[in-house]
Amino acid sequence: MSMSTLAVTIERSAGGQTTFKVPAHDNQTVLDVVSWVQQNADPTLSYRFACRVGMCGSCAMMVNGVPRWTCRTHISKVLEGNAVTIGPLRNLPIIKDLAVDMDPFFDKWVAAEGVHHGALTRNDPIADIDESSAARVTANAGIECINCSVCYAACDTVTGNDAYLGPAALQRAWTLLNDAKDEGRVAILDAVSGVGGCHNCHSMGSCTHLCPNDLDPMTAIAGLKRETAKTVWKRGR
Amino acid sequence: MLTLRLYMLQRITALLMAPLVLGHLAVMIYAVQGGLSAAEILGRTQGSVLWFVFYGLFVVAVAVHGAIGVRAILAEWGGVRGRVLEGAMWLIGLGLFALGARAVWAVTFGGLT
Amino acid sequence: MKAVINRAHPLWLAHVLHRLSGLALALFLPLHFWVLSLALTDPARLDGFLALTDQTVVKLAEYGLVFLLAVHMFGGLRVMAMEFLPWTAPQKTLAAMASALSFLIATLFFLQAL
Repeated sequence: MSMSTLAVTIERSAGGQTTFKVPAHDNQTVLDVVSWVQQNADPTLSYRFACRVGMCGSCAMMVNGVPRWTCRTHISKVLEGNAVTIGPLRNLPIIKDLAVDMDPFFDKWVAAEGVHHGALTRNDPIADIDESSAARVTANAGIECINCSVCYAACDTVTGNDAYLGPAALQRAWTLLNDAKDEGRVAILDAVSGVGGCHNCHSMGSCTHLCPNDLDPMTAIAGLKRETAKTVWKRGR
Repeated sequence: MLTLRLYMLQRITALLMAPLVLGHLAVMIYAVQGGLSAAEILGRTQGSVLWFVFYGLFVVAVAVHGAIGVRAILAEWGGVRGRVLEGAMWLIGLGLFALGARAVWAVTFGGLT
Repeated sequence: MKAVINRAHPLWLAHVLHRLSGLALALFLPLHFWVLSLALTDPARLDGFLALTDQTVVKLAEYGLVFLLAVHMFGGLRVMAMEFLPWTAPQKTLAAMASALSFLIATLFFLQAL
């Protein structure tokens, strides 16, 4: 079985692509393939990974044009014949080869008020949270995001609108809005109502379709649209 | 490039137009039987306050809705930004309104009388 | 292009269809309004245009327009249902229903026009 080889085409930042012959194995992830190239064929290849088990969110790349977490994507799932094309994540500046600059992604996370807005001090007692309340269930639905930026790379609205905050940041805003411990409601609703806000979303659903953790940013963004729409009637405008 | 205000205008005009489109489709399916003629159309619409209000509302809503929709396409697919984008949106909206208002006026008060 | 095809999925296609149908309607409307305005300026010419609608090619074009209008409306209602109503799971079914209904209405129009 493992005698055959794969034709692995990697997009390089120096321009153009390089195709490598990589030994095929029964159990092999896309990240394994990229690592084999870097360790055995071309040590100058730059890419990024850390945990290898789908927790850290650092190894996402475009695989045949589709953003995926490469450490948890089996190569057999994406092979076309025996070939695969691997490139840097879409919608982000390339640093080198397969490593992109994630700063815009994280900056937008903060711009969407994806930060904790606390009102209590360390001297206050810890507030009880009802795990079964509707708001907590809604918040829980989105908190397993690992910041891998797959949704951000999948979203065509991000491609067409550099100001758009994107699915991950907006989903974070939605979870905080539903979090009983967070006091940032006004700041969050303001942050997601600007030129790059949730209203730019066209519900094309690529974020939800491709999220490796099966989260649903599209529905979270729809929730933000509802909440912001309510404020329009309340303000009388 | 869409703010809360544009988003709300887009959705409100859409909801307003849903019944209008259904009505328009029904009229079309009914009207095309046996061919179309100017006399037939005008016979239905001329001097009718009801049709004037129906299509008048339709034109206002479609001008707003179309302008905001094309704005999003210009921004996302055309890379248009800033004042040019604002200007294009207003031009499309006012243009659609002017042409549409003229058409509604024509079939309600103009023509063969 | 291949990358775009690889990324395609039902809801994305529904979005593209919604956008293209909307754009096509926006481009068609000025012509539509102009023809109707002939009732004011040149009624004979309006009849000339309407006579065109007896031709098969024009009928097919009209079929397309009715379909665009129907598909844009049902596609839009689908988006608003998804945004404003709490039920969100059957999105793909809604998208399929929207196109099916649009075809139905457009076909009904076409059959009547024959």
